[in-house]
Amino acid sequence: MTETTMTEMLDREFLTIRGRFLDLAAAIDRFDRAEGDVADDPRWHQIQQVIEILASPNGHRAERAQLALSLNYSEDWRRIYGV
Amino acid sequence: MQFVDPHIHIASRTTDDLQAMARAGCMLVAEPAFWMGYDRSDPRSFYDYFRQLTEWEPKRTANYGMQYYAWMGINAKEAENVSFAREVISLLPEFLDRPGVLGIGEVGLHKNTRNEVLTLLTLIELAAQRNEQLLFHTPHLADKYRGTRMILDLLRADSRIVRSRVCIDHCEEHTIRLALDEGYWAGITLYPTTKATPERAADMVELYGPERILVNSSADWGPSDPLAVPHFMSVMRHRGHAESLIRQVVYDNPMKFLGQSRHFRMKC
Repeated sequence: MTETTMTEMLDREFLTIRGRFLDLAAAIDRFDRAEGDVADDPRWHQIQQVIEILASPNGHRAERAQLALSLNYSEDWRRIYGV
Repeated sequence: MQFVDPHIHIASRTTDDLQAMARAGCMLVAEPAFWMGYDRSDPRSFYDYFRQLTEWEPKRTANYGMQYYAWMGINAKEAENVSFAREVISLLPEFLDRPGVLGIGEVGLHKNTRNEVLTLLTLIELAAQRNEQLLFHTPHLADKYRGTRMILDLLRADSRIVRSRVCIDHCEEHTIRLALDEGYWAGITLYPTTKATPERAADMVELYGPERILVNSSADWGPSDPLAVPHFMSVMRHRGHAESLIRQVVYDNPMKFLGQSRHFRMKC
């Protein structure tokens, strides 16, 4: 739809991405300073999974991150619910 | 440029908000019935709420030069008690016949329970019998993907439903394609933290094109922005998109979708 170059995109997005990554890094650092352990908490696994998706070379990262943060869907839900 | 906000909860907004929206170019709003932030204690409470949406809010909005339409329904959050919900649904035909009512909405799923599904099936049946348009609320956060798939399953099983007269709302990156591929309209709700930001909505328009996409503020009693649609417009402009494309998404598309209702009357 637009003919934006990657350089123009970087000019436009760099400061936003920089700020959000620093926010994210600082938030995860806070866990290092906190007491206890969340290694078994599924939410912690979701965070790790989304970080991997961000670092992956494939596209559709937002869609894949959303799916990683979603409950599973079962095609036979109508049979289970009896409706 | 004029715009339409096809999903906003005017009953939860102040006159300052209405004035700001009108000054920003909003010329038409549509308000779905929803959860007002508390569970109502009696089905008759909905009667007064439906009167508010069909009698009072249109006047309040008209004071600022904006046209007002409403959708009638019981939201998924109050649908768990099936007998309660059916009493509310029995009130709907009277209001669906009123001028300014577009159809049945917002209805859908919240936690994707069996009881929510039973209530939703009753609402879909009513819509099919009366040939009403439908506006679907899809669940929040982790429940959204499962709930959206379930709603689409229910609709696919009913051959009476005309897909071009149905909007699957609150779509995000993992659900928008599901709605569009099956021929429905896809609503994108612009929220500051949950749902989609104006930037992500612009991404989705770039990825999937403008056809059958609606953007809305869904501004209500929670963190939300009644000027979210103009915010989206400025993001699109900043990215270099043509005014005609922006107009298609924020004006032509909602007018086309809402205009299918038998009660829709364009006032020039």
